[in-house]
Amino acid sequence: MTAFLTIIIVLFIGVAIWQMVKIFDLAQVGSSNSQVATDKDNKINGYLMMGFLVFIYAITIASFWYLGDLPLMSNSASEHGPGLDNLMIISMVLIFIVQTITQFLLHYFAFKYKGEKGRKALFYADNNTLEAIWTLIPVVVLAGLIIYGLFTWTSIMNVEETEDTLVVELYAQQFNWKARYAGDDNVLGMANVRLIDIDRANILGLDESDPYAQDDIITTELHLPVGRPVLFKMRSQDVLHSAYMPHFRAQMNCVPGMITQFGFTPTVTTAEMRQNPDIVEKVANINALRAENRADIEARGQEVTYEFDYLLLCNKICGKSHYNMQMKIIVETQEEYDAWIKEQKLFKNSLTN
Amino acid sequence: MSAHADTHAHDDHGHHHKETFVTKYIFSQDHKMIAKQYLITGTIMGVIGVLMSIMFRMQIAWPEEPNVLFEALLGKWAPGGVMDADIYLALVTIHGTIMVFFVLTAGLSGTFSNLLIPLQIGARDMASGFLNMVSYWLFFLSSVIMVISLFVEAGPAAAGWTIYPPLSALPMAQGGSGAGMTLWLVSMAIFIASSLLGSLNYVVTVINLRTKGMSMTRLPLTIWAFFVTAIIGIVSFPVLLSAALLLIMDRSFGTSFFLSDIFIQGEVLHYQGGSPVLFEHLFWFLGHPEVYIVLLPALGITSEIIATNSRKPIFGYRAMVMSILAIAFLSTIVWGHHMFISGMNPFLGSVFTFTTLLIAIPSAVKAFNYITTLWKGNLQMNPAMLFSIGLVSTFITGGLTGIILGDSALDINVHDTYFVVAHFHLVMGISALYGMFAGIYHWFPKMYGRMLNKNLGYLHFWVTAICAYGVFFPMHFIGMAGLPRRYYTNSNFPLFDDTANANVVITMFAIVGGIFQLVFLWNFFYSIFYGKKTTQNPWRSNTLEWTAPIKHIHGNWEGEIPHVHRWAYDYSKPGHEDDFVPQNVPLYDGEEELQH
Repeated sequence: MTAFLTIIIVLFIGVAIWQMVKIFDLAQVGSSNSQVATDKDNKINGYLMMGFLVFIYAITIASFWYLGDLPLMSNSASEHGPGLDNLMIISMVLIFIVQTITQFLLHYFAFKYKGEKGRKALFYADNNTLEAIWTLIPVVVLAGLIIYGLFTWTSIMNVEETEDTLVVELYAQQFNWKARYAGDDNVLGMANVRLIDIDRANILGLDESDPYAQDDIITTELHLPVGRPVLFKMRSQDVLHSAYMPHFRAQMNCVPGMITQFGFTPTVTTAEMRQNPDIVEKVANINALRAENRADIEARGQEVTYEFDYLLLCNKICGKSHYNMQMKIIVETQEEYDAWIKEQKLFKNSLTN
Repeated sequence: MSAHADTHAHDDHGHHHKETFVTKYIFSQDHKMIAKQYLITGTIMGVIGVLMSIMFRMQIAWPEEPNVLFEALLGKWAPGGVMDADIYLALVTIHGTIMVFFVLTAGLSGTFSNLLIPLQIGARDMASGFLNMVSYWLFFLSSVIMVISLFVEAGPAAAGWTIYPPLSALPMAQGGSGAGMTLWLVSMAIFIASSLLGSLNYVVTVINLRTKGMSMTRLPLTIWAFFVTAIIGIVSFPVLLSAALLLIMDRSFGTSFFLSDIFIQGEVLHYQGGSPVLFEHLFWFLGHPEVYIVLLPALGITSEIIATNSRKPIFGYRAMVMSILAIAFLSTIVWGHHMFISGMNPFLGSVFTFTTLLIAIPSAVKAFNYITTLWKGNLQMNPAMLFSIGLVSTFITGGLTGIILGDSALDINVHDTYFVVAHFHLVMGISALYGMFAGIYHWFPKMYGRMLNKNLGYLHFWVTAICAYGVFFPMHFIGMAGLPRRYYTNSNFPLFDDTANANVVITMFAIVGGIFQLVFLWNFFYSIFYGKKTTQNPWRSNTLEWTAPIKHIHGNWEGEIPHVHRWAYDYSKPGHEDDFVPQNVPLYDGEEELQH
């Protein structure tokens, strides 16, 4: 209903302005009505250009003010996160400097040199020095960014699998996630969707004859021990999905027919993150908003109070319920992790006959 | 390099065929009429595309709330006025398809390449008027099929405008991947055929039919842009065609180009050995150049309009041409930056980061050259000029964030979030749309012999400019908060609750911006019939189209085609009384031509 009322109001405002322009138009009939800009038009629009510059700056400041806590640039929870955030901040600062200056020049020139009858523009067609300068400056700056970016990228993507590495399979299907742990042998058993046997509860298509598969553990929550490198092997059984773990600055597509991988080391446990002042503030803010919408939220059958958790989201369009394909991630101490994993069923014990 | 048009041209005019209504308005072979046909068709498709975006923006702002508009327009897809999740994805998909291909490729290039190439190079018509006509009618046919696809039983295509398989290949994965996707693919295949015929015609015409004196270095930048755009299209569109054909094979004839190891709805499918990543490569080999197919014509139009209305030569003509060529070349070797996290080898990611960030250099050169062209000009603030300045502004704002997205390491975290949506809408969507509007305001007198109302034009520009920033600027920040795109509702993620209010504000701006396009539509259709009659050269421009008679004639010029004696940018040249010197005016004794 609110939506409808809004539309009506907006519509009326639109009609009102339209009418005003028509009146303005009719009032002009007497004068030379050639539809080519006059000095007066140049002047008005020149001033509006300056006004628009102010608008651009204002919307920039407002966006920072209301939306500027930018979770993707702070409080990363993985080892490679801070380096990535640093690169992001450097790029952002650079962008904002260039944006502020060039928008100023563009709109200021549009204001300053607004046309007047009888004035002649400067015939100025070329200047090789100037052009060399603004070719070379981007070259140098971009070279720096490219080199920094490539080092960061290579160090993130080239994951060395060591003895300490925890190997976990992320398994995507419309519309949920599963995790498969390798068990005591730390080797994932062979699997293929052709081996899926729903009747026997072999839902991920593990090779039942593979000895490595016997102690595998399939879960619907992702638990990770803090400080230990984890290597995700990703599979999808139906369409493309993307495993997006924003807090860990991690994302990789899950592709049917191939295994993709991504690795990182979680550095902050869920419990610690919940104590982080920024997160405490963010959660309080969200809970205040949720309290206002209590009725709607309860009608959907959801908890009103929000508590922070790391999440794995699907970030590649995958069908009707794409918007609700998620899995909770819990980062905990090694002891807590050990205790949890001990409680889970081994694959060989989970099969039904 | 000087192939002239006069041999072809001399006997074309004079003996006019008797034109019937059908040959004049429907199956016309006259480039000026075909341009108008493209424009009107593109406009109608644009209305559909924008309406769709307003609908899904409403769903994002007020998720799952009953809405009269949905009930009225979506029918069974909005039971009780609540939008269905499948149709949400379909709206997003078709909005993207329509805006990118039908409005900003065919509507923009089709209109202005057709109108301006013969008129600005001094040719009687396109090299092949017949192919030109076929090209338009194929485009019309593909538009009709695309619109029909909206009405199929199981819903229109809904796999995103990138139609990645397996989602797009398997009807059991998504309702829209049945008949809706079949029609989508057929429509696009026809569209590509249309685009190729058009592009070949543009290239041949520019190379062969330039009038006497119109050397390549005297070409207006509009023509350079259209020419290079056509070449990019010829290079890249066939690859999309092949991807579409292979997908049709996978869907209907059981091949496995893009599919392998699939278990869906309780059964294993027979597909073995294909790869969706292959499709992504083929798709983006067109998909990325497509950005420039959309953008370059807009930049060409802007170059012309900024120079004319600044009463100044475009700054750095040679650098502008070089940067168009550089962008065209680089655009074909950067497609992998859409696939950093697709599962392709990370080393390839490094290569594509390198080539992608290189493209920022010619882009920066263009932006600086536009700004310098304004410097010490005598700016005539016609609506076309406002839209051109607006284009430079959104091109900078949107282009800068490309530095983040093109960097493979940073892309990990903002890939497929609203940050991407904000980026590409500003840099190619809004910029190209501004270019199209600028072109319409500027060349409307050439098309229809009448002027658009300037006050409505000002109103249209300023509201659109504010709304465009209002929609897409805050959207970057929502993306930085990690909000994925293409979510029907965010209510399952309390994590994103603090972006909900921003989404409402964005939707408000979108609604207002959308509604104010009606001002333009009214101005456009009203002025076709009742606008003030134009003078011969209303903007006091140098290019050849303004020497052709206002009333359209087949063959463009009565008598001989004008010869060209100078480049297109002799504005405010010292030694001339007027602040413009048309290209067909000979150099006076002792006048020096600028060397490029």
